[in-house]
Amino acid sequence: MRDRQASQGARRAREFEAFVAGAAGRLLHAATLLTAEAPDANPRARRLLTLALAHTYACWDRLRGEDPYDRARQYLALRFANSAWHQYGGPLSRGRPHPKSALAVLTPQERLIVVLRLYEGVAEEQTAALLGLPTDRVHAICDRATATLLHPPRKPGPRVMGAKVAPS
Amino acid sequence: MNRTEREAAARRIMERTPPPVPPDLYGEVVRRGSRMLRRSHRIRRLLWLLLCAAVVAFTVWAVTAHPWVEPPSTTTPPVIDW
Repeated sequence: MRDRQASQGARRAREFEAFVAGAAGRLLHAATLLTAEAPDANPRARRLLTLALAHTYACWDRLRGEDPYDRARQYLALRFANSAWHQYGGPLSRGRPHPKSALAVLTPQERLIVVLRLYEGVAEEQTAALLGLPTDRVHAICDRATATLLHPPRKPGPRVMGAKVAPS
Repeated sequence: MNRTEREAAARRIMERTPPPVPPDLYGEVVRRGSRMLRRSHRIRRLLWLLLCAAVVAFTVWAVTAHPWVEPPSTTTPPVIDW
């Protein structure tokens, strides 16, 4: 009994290690795009990734055939969405987008939708269901964000909210 | 520029500079994950204990107080001499 438990634990650890080795790079890239930090200085993205993977580790035995990558990505996106308004661009924002980030011209919500739709390739309906938005709205936000990304405004001024507030 | 091209261009912009993965990530993840697991196990055990304690307390109270026995009436005087 104890032997079986130990071997099960070892197999679980091996599987999880392989999963982390495969998924961490891509998830970290997605997280760094979300938090709009520079690729080589991204403490918030690392924290998001660590929490998402730890959550996946904790529910590894209860996955029952579900895709662990999908689970980790969902957790990452929801955690970012729930903390976005006060951490990444709300009126009391602590962090401004780093100018070296690819998505620095976008608002947090636009970043979230663009990363899920285009970078991760999640379907429009699934994105809408995950974030609790109508599908049309996701479509519109994605279009607008793509346009902003390809033709960025001249001045870094016209971000909708939080751009002019002094950092606290 | 149609929609597909625009999306492809946006994808290219996003995929430009992948950040390096920190080397100690796995250890940190396992440490945090097992802490979360332990905490949830502890909470579950505590709730089960609480449930058992509640069941025992209710049984003891029911056995001693007999709540199903009708209490003697206090409004009607007992009928004698009828």
